[in-house]
Amino acid sequence: MNIPAELRYTKTHEWIKEENGIVTVGLSDFAQQELGDLVFVNLPQVGDAVTAGEAFADVESVKAVSDVYSPVTGAVCEINEALLDAPESINQDPYGAWFIRVENVTGTVETLSAAEYEAMPKEG
Amino acid sequence: MKLIFEQSHPGHKSQFLPASDVPAAALPEELARKSALDLPELTEGELARHYEALAQQVHGVNKGFYPLGSCTMKYNPRIDEDAAALPGFTGVHPLQSETTSRGCREVLRQAEERLTAVTGMDRMTFQPAAGAHGEYMGLLLIKAYHERRGDKNRTKVIVPDAAHGTNPASAAMCGYQVVSIPSDANGLVDLEKLREAAGPDTAALMLTNPNTVGLFDPNILEITRIVHEAGGLCYYDGANLNAVMGWARPGDMGFDVVHLNLHKTFATPHGGGGPGSGPVGCKAFLAGFLPGSALATGGEAPCQVRAFHGNFLVVVKALAYLDTLGGEGIREAAAQAVLNANYLMHLLRDGGYPMAFDHTCMHEFVITLEKLKHEKDVSALDVAKALLDHGMHPPTMYFPLIVHEALMVEPTETESKESLEAAAESYLEVLAEANENPADMHSRPLHTYVRRLDEVTAARSPIVKYEAPIA
Amino acid sequence: MGSYVPVTPEERRAMLERVGLPSVEALYADVPEGVLLKEPPVFTGGFSELEVRRHMERLAEQNRVFSTILRGAGAYDHYIPAIVRAIPAKEAFLTAYTPYQAEISQGLLQSIFEYQTMICRLTGMDVANASVYDGASAAAEACAMVRERRRTVTLVSACAHPDVIATIRTYCWGSNHEMRLIPEKDGVTDLDALRAALDDQVSGVYLASPNFLGGLEDVSAAAEICHAAGAKLIVGANPMALALFKTPGEAGADVCVGDGQPLGMPLSYGGPYVGFMAARAALMRKLPGRIVGQTTDVDGKRAFVLTLQAREQHIRREKAGSNICSNQALCALTAACYLGAVGPDGLREVARQCYDKAHYFAEKLASIGLPRREKGPFFHEFATECPGGPEKMLVALEERDILGGQPMGDGRVLWCVTEKAERKRLDEAVAVIREVTNL
Repeated sequence: MNIPAELRYTKTHEWIKEENGIVTVGLSDFAQQELGDLVFVNLPQVGDAVTAGEAFADVESVKAVSDVYSPVTGAVCEINEALLDAPESINQDPYGAWFIRVENVTGTVETLSAAEYEAMPKEG
Repeated sequence: MKLIFEQSHPGHKSQFLPASDVPAAALPEELARKSALDLPELTEGELARHYEALAQQVHGVNKGFYPLGSCTMKYNPRIDEDAAALPGFTGVHPLQSETTSRGCREVLRQAEERLTAVTGMDRMTFQPAAGAHGEYMGLLLIKAYHERRGDKNRTKVIVPDAAHGTNPASAAMCGYQVVSIPSDANGLVDLEKLREAAGPDTAALMLTNPNTVGLFDPNILEITRIVHEAGGLCYYDGANLNAVMGWARPGDMGFDVVHLNLHKTFATPHGGGGPGSGPVGCKAFLAGFLPGSALATGGEAPCQVRAFHGNFLVVVKALAYLDTLGGEGIREAAAQAVLNANYLMHLLRDGGYPMAFDHTCMHEFVITLEKLKHEKDVSALDVAKALLDHGMHPPTMYFPLIVHEALMVEPTETESKESLEAAAESYLEVLAEANENPADMHSRPLHTYVRRLDEVTAARSPIVKYEAPIA
Repeated sequence: MGSYVPVTPEERRAMLERVGLPSVEALYADVPEGVLLKEPPVFTGGFSELEVRRHMERLAEQNRVFSTILRGAGAYDHYIPAIVRAIPAKEAFLTAYTPYQAEISQGLLQSIFEYQTMICRLTGMDVANASVYDGASAAAEACAMVRERRRTVTLVSACAHPDVIATIRTYCWGSNHEMRLIPEKDGVTDLDALRAALDDQVSGVYLASPNFLGGLEDVSAAAEICHAAGAKLIVGANPMALALFKTPGEAGADVCVGDGQPLGMPLSYGGPYVGFMAARAALMRKLPGRIVGQTTDVDGKRAFVLTLQAREQHIRREKAGSNICSNQALCALTAACYLGAVGPDGLREVARQCYDKAHYFAEKLASIGLPRREKGPFFHEFATECPGGPEKMLVALEERDILGGQPMGDGRVLWCVTEKAERKRLDEAVAVIREVTNL
């Protein structure tokens, strides 16, 4: 399983990258494997408020839908519209297929380093 | 198989109408349709063959065993179809006067009389077109009741986690917040959790009893009491009534509103997904909110959910069925449905299928293939698909959600002992194959018209209509 | 008496023994005292098939079936070719459940795929679902489907069918959303009032064309007005009229809904009919209910399957856009059979005869003092004044085995003429009306 060392992770399997106060969020390789072939993504709109620990998007496989949780509280400043046309990119390149970028971050859930995330027991 | 569009030949047609006997009226050019009316062109004979070929590739109840849990796929009697095809019913306009539509009104009255007797309710509407539509109607009655009383803080509907997906979806359509309560280890309502959830913000509890794992909740009176004491109302999802009709009535269990599925319990055909009929019964104190047709009554229709009086012909079929069975007949049918389920459950359990709950079941039971999945990597889906090669419809898969690798089996009362034994034999053969050659199971079915489908591509890049190839 | 149970008492005893229970009563051991019925509920029943048949015939005989029907108002008396009744009566179609197991349901799935295609072609839209309950619930579902988080208000034309308005009102009240009516002007929706009512809260506007009064609306103008304000336009259509008139697709509508009853379904006291829903491609995932898609199987063979299922209630539960589960599959099949049977020329012919006969009758009525109030174009329905009120006139028509128009409540009568009405019967109706109204 691919867990890039430079990213941070949540217990709900999102990855986080922070650059210049902007937080980018996506789903981990483990998450995409568990979810199987994804066929659709529901994303928020630019300007929407997101809250740490609450769902901001969902991803659909053929027979299931799963929430994606925001690691931070803030405002969505960019969404990855390419995912809407190519949800398979989450399966193919989970760390390239970011979901949203968040600015004005005021709060965060507890995050894990790559090593901690790797060590975390995961339900199979 | 060719699509109807691929069999179209310009000029192929049938003549159904005489030439017009009035002068042509002017049709203003600016109103006219400009785009081509690209419908298929076939003669009647070609059309008949096309649909016969399609019908060959459909598995109906009359083709073979159809133990689809929660769907009550019982035999659909032909006399019911004949009754609904009587010109005295099919030819009546929904807005005919009372004196010229007495028979239709009488059908609805008699159906109401019988079905309120079966459910222990006081009144019933036949407007909802399906079970989910009935759920929606039932919750609207509850919403109207609380609003009328000025009780504005009741914003939540309690739904057990084992419930049909339509329950929470209907509650959400009524603007309610869904409070999901977990089932206990026996698959029943956890009374403690219910007590915690019920309160001054509770609008209603939605429950099906027997529940979706096929068990009758022995605490039912306590359950409805808890909700009533909190000021909420109790809604009965009638999807599983086939187990208890003639033996127990939702009205006596403490429910205020019920919906029925005439297309399950009362033997009207499913038609490949409808038309059904989802009548809603209620206690007298809610009857004032029952809907009408705004046009037919010339007034306000507060809870109206569709035009006119509902799927009338489906009610005719159900009435013919009730006529045939009578009170004793429905009691016998229910008991046999339950006995058939238990009989098949025993045959399968003794043959090695693990049951999710080891208890006398009602009309259906739930198998859990978690162990098979874990040990042999054979899933409930693989087993279901393998059953297709045995000429039968598989059980409901992956429901209820609280059971892993679930297969939910509902044989119904119209299967014989012999057909249950034959089905059990097929199930056991499949299980033996799964244990001996687990890897082969992923490629089943082998002998159906088409084999496993690429559902991922179908969902990622949907093709939902035919486009003629560019010549 | 029968219960369709194929088990003898001996077999039943053997089965009970196998499951280790002494009696059928023991199956109900979990039902508490006070709930368990000692006796079955009492109601008339337990009849032989012949008795059932007689009972049903007696009920049917209490209805009047008119040989000429000049009433529409949401239910239309068209000729149904024999083949269109025969095909949906095939037991395979009749007795199947929803085609969840695609491998043994290809016939059903393909028939729905063909229906979806025909609805798209008829309406000029890009995508259609597998059907909903009826035209009124289709309209209400459409209003819900175009709702956005920041735009939630629904506007409805007062010229729509009263049952459609009432149904939309119910759905809006249910989900705690606002609905406002746009008034009528000269028998059609007042587009100036529509323009004035639109704001950044309005998500969708519903209007019907032909509308309840039979009038054809200027859908293109309405679409422009809606789009300029950022709202979606939902058009309620009569499928028969679509053969002749500009389609909602051509006029720029975002969603087209309607009742498919004219396409081969008998009047049946109001149901079952079928609601069709079609939309622009961009709204595909917002469509409620089942949708069939094309794909391939593992051998590369073309195949059909229920797709985009993760939108639906059985997966999304309380987050689903709609709770719809069962639809009206057999009625959708009927509509497809009808369209396949009559073909493009046949559909145009039916529509054209409706149009011509309605205009012939309207002219005759006007000539005896029952004029229309409006001047605008209509398809096969129109409202006329009715001096002296409709009651006596309707009774007189009934005596000639003619179901007259629908009384409107304001003294007017709403007439409908289809291809089934013979000229001599229309002339007879005119003579009767002239006599009754003393003109």
